[in-house]
Amino acid sequence: MSPDLAKPLLQIDRLVKRFGGFVALDGVSFHVMPGEILGLVGPNGSGKTTCINVISGLYKPNGGEVRFQGRSVGGLASHRLVHLGINRTFQVPKPFLPLTVRENVEVAAAYGRPAEGPSDIEAILASVELDGLGNKTAAELNSVQQKMLDLARALATGPRLLCVDELAAGLNPVELDRVAIRLRDLARGGMALLVVEHLMGFIDQVTDRVIVLNAGREIFEGVLAEAVRDPQVVEVFLGAAHVG
Amino acid sequence: MLRTKALRHTLFILLPVIAVAGLLPLAYSNQLLLFNFVVFLTLAQGVNILYGFTGYLPFGYVGFFGVGAYGFSLAVMHLHLPPLAALGAAALAAVLLGLVLTPLLRLSGAYFAIANLAASQAMFQVVSNPNLTDITKGPYGISLAGVFAPNLSYGVAVAILALTLGTVIYLRNSRFGLALLAVREDSVTAAMAGIDVVRTRTLAWQLSALVAGLIGGVFAWYVSVFYPETVFSPEFSIFAIVFALFGGVATITGPILGVVVLYGIYNAIGISTPQYFQLIYGALIMGLVLFLPNGVVSLFRRWGIDVP
Repeated sequence: MSPDLAKPLLQIDRLVKRFGGFVALDGVSFHVMPGEILGLVGPNGSGKTTCINVISGLYKPNGGEVRFQGRSVGGLASHRLVHLGINRTFQVPKPFLPLTVRENVEVAAAYGRPAEGPSDIEAILASVELDGLGNKTAAELNSVQQKMLDLARALATGPRLLCVDELAAGLNPVELDRVAIRLRDLARGGMALLVVEHLMGFIDQVTDRVIVLNAGREIFEGVLAEAVRDPQVVEVFLGAAHVG
Repeated sequence: MLRTKALRHTLFILLPVIAVAGLLPLAYSNQLLLFNFVVFLTLAQGVNILYGFTGYLPFGYVGFFGVGAYGFSLAVMHLHLPPLAALGAAALAAVLLGLVLTPLLRLSGAYFAIANLAASQAMFQVVSNPNLTDITKGPYGISLAGVFAPNLSYGVAVAILALTLGTVIYLRNSRFGLALLAVREDSVTAAMAGIDVVRTRTLAWQLSALVAGLIGGVFAWYVSVFYPETVFSPEFSIFAIVFALFGGVATITGPILGVVVLYGIYNAIGISTPQYFQLIYGALIMGLVLFLPNGVVSLFRRWGIDVP
């Protein structure tokens, strides 16, 4: 085991993000290890997507720190974070519609500067089951295929950390299983994954550990099986028990 | 594969266009008309570089053309540069204006178009200011009779057209062109593909400024007598945009088709019977915007014919 595996790949420390008077992230701290799949769960509006948006450079943090491979990267432009090895998928993917599926991945492979040399575009397409669709335009894909194309775009940049924002929503059970296996494969290859998801079955299937967020703070850290027994977590998801 | 495609486009589009533009004056005596065709072929491709590949519609595109014309003229008048060197000043003037106007790229859609239009009008007002008569000859216009050389300047215009077409062929067949289209489609996803969005956009912006500045400089050289109204006329922007849209942007052949057909019609009937011309032109533009927003070339695509 290389010594790097003992150190966190991503370290979030008291991260704060405000939108005007609204505090979306209120001092969140957590870390992700190489090869680990960390789930980020919580009710709507708890700051999960905001967290990914800050990590991927869409938003600049208002406080706290994002450390990637020991280096402070909070507030760097997205494309620079991509070059460092951070990538993500989008809840609502916006692929380059008039370009072909292959061109969509090709441009990411060319500009994403993957560390392990040029990506094998055909292999990436095959891994997300888009092989055979390479010459179709992205506009011709259905929404699940567009999600897979978004994943392929992220993979083509050779990320070390991949943030996955609600990839499972809208997938049928068979597709869910395949995606879960695919994500586990990626982690086994050493990639760290941060998975935001509402489907608890999927979270249970893929994650090693979860962070539960509520109102911009983490309220639980551990395995999902313990999270569902945590009174605070239960209260956030199901509401407080009625007395009497 | 991209390289063989680029070679094919060079052989079957660039070379024939340049050969026709270069040789036609030998067979056809109205060189001024042919020169105007070359100017609009270049400007329409310049609009194509910006609008087709980045989505910014430059309603003040003529600003680059005008400062190119004046950059050329000032270099000839005050620095006594030979015309070919003065073209360097034309290019520099356009690129400098592009640099100053780069913050406009923060705007989008109609806001960018309006701001760009205003910027070109501001340049016109600066150049034609009577208080600058010592430098720009103000509203009284420029006369460069000393360097008048219609045949040579026509040849240089054709060379600039060749350069411009070469640039568009490169954009159509390169990863850089692909990156531009990616940014045009969605800048957030493009950034997550590792593309430096600001740098990529700025490069396309400067390329299109350079093209207009160079052809503006040659225009000043070719006509050698002109007024500020001539080289800052909004008609240049509008014509170039309409020609590019008619044929179809983000293609190589679309803007060429637009110039040949529409500027052809304009010269055939627009001068003899302007009222019919305006009617036809107006109806054509309305029909295009409503039914063929991606230009005539998209019609062929719909029928399954791939047009470069």
